[in-house]
Amino acid sequence: MKPDPMTPAEPTEPPNPPLSRTARRRNRIVAMTFLVIVWVLLWGTFSWANVISGLVVAAILLAVFPLPPVTFAGRVHPWGALRFLLRFLRDLVVASVQIAWLALRPRHIPRSAIIAVKLRVNSDLNLTLTAEALSLVPGSLILEADRNTGTLFIHVINVDSLAEVEKFRHEVLALEARIIAAIGSPEELRQVRAGSTPPPPVDLEGATT
Amino acid sequence: MSLDAVLDIVAAFCLISGALLSLAAGVALVRFPDLLTRMHAAAKPQVLGLLLVLVGAGLRLRTGVDVTTLVLVGIFQLATAPVAAHMVGRAGYPQDDIRGDLLLTDELAAHLDRVAGEREDAARA
Repeated sequence: MKPDPMTPAEPTEPPNPPLSRTARRRNRIVAMTFLVIVWVLLWGTFSWANVISGLVVAAILLAVFPLPPVTFAGRVHPWGALRFLLRFLRDLVVASVQIAWLALRPRHIPRSAIIAVKLRVNSDLNLTLTAEALSLVPGSLILEADRNTGTLFIHVINVDSLAEVEKFRHEVLALEARIIAAIGSPEELRQVRAGSTPPPPVDLEGATT
Repeated sequence: MSLDAVLDIVAAFCLISGALLSLAAGVALVRFPDLLTRMHAAAKPQVLGLLLVLVGAGLRLRTGVDVTTLVLVGIFQLATAPVAAHMVGRAGYPQDDIRGDLLLTDELAAHLDRVAGEREDAARA
């Protein structure tokens, strides 16, 4: 049967392919482990009674509120994760001092911008982590995320010129690269390196004016 | 100087700087021009201020049961503050609460226009 030219083509690569059995099981184990850790931390003491009751609570929670599938193709790179963490802590301090200074600075109204940045790796996990980290590093706040294209819409505070906005775009992609270096798969690392010259923001050719 | 005294001094430093950052966040809430810039204040100095207060409290308390609770508070604050900022920003975005005149560029508006246009086309077809 000839394809109907009017219907748009199916996207060749869905952003969230269905998970394999082993991936689903691994996700459940990871979720379970974290829920048990939270449970034990809430009780404050490590005892087998706490761990076992935590396992029961986690099993019930996961059965009643199943988690959406998360594709995690990579593995944790300790060195990359450490570098991301240190840089993140530094950024958090810089961001807080910057906002505090902006707040106390007399007679100054900060200008801002809203930019769209298309991430190079379009997975839910990367989108989420980048958005979360962005909100805590200097200047940026996540405003909206487009899951289909992997685009983040970011509010940038304290920019004075379009050149600074462009510079900020590069910083977002650098943050994404650090996250991928911490938890990415070889395939995702390759994608980031291949796209190290950042793509144009978002094509707006189809925009209705 | 004993270890306890050193820990107390570090704790005092953490508590005071955390409180000052929270104060700055409060001042920013009053002084910033619009909703989105205010959300910056709620997301960054506030989070670091709380983390510092938690570290200070942990250093003073020094008991396992209390420290684990403080760790949980910190983790959940880090995880949820950006989400809360996102939700508030998204809910307030197209309204007048956002000072368009202070924006250098707005690429989300173009995106929303395009999505609306695509919806219209789909409805017409």
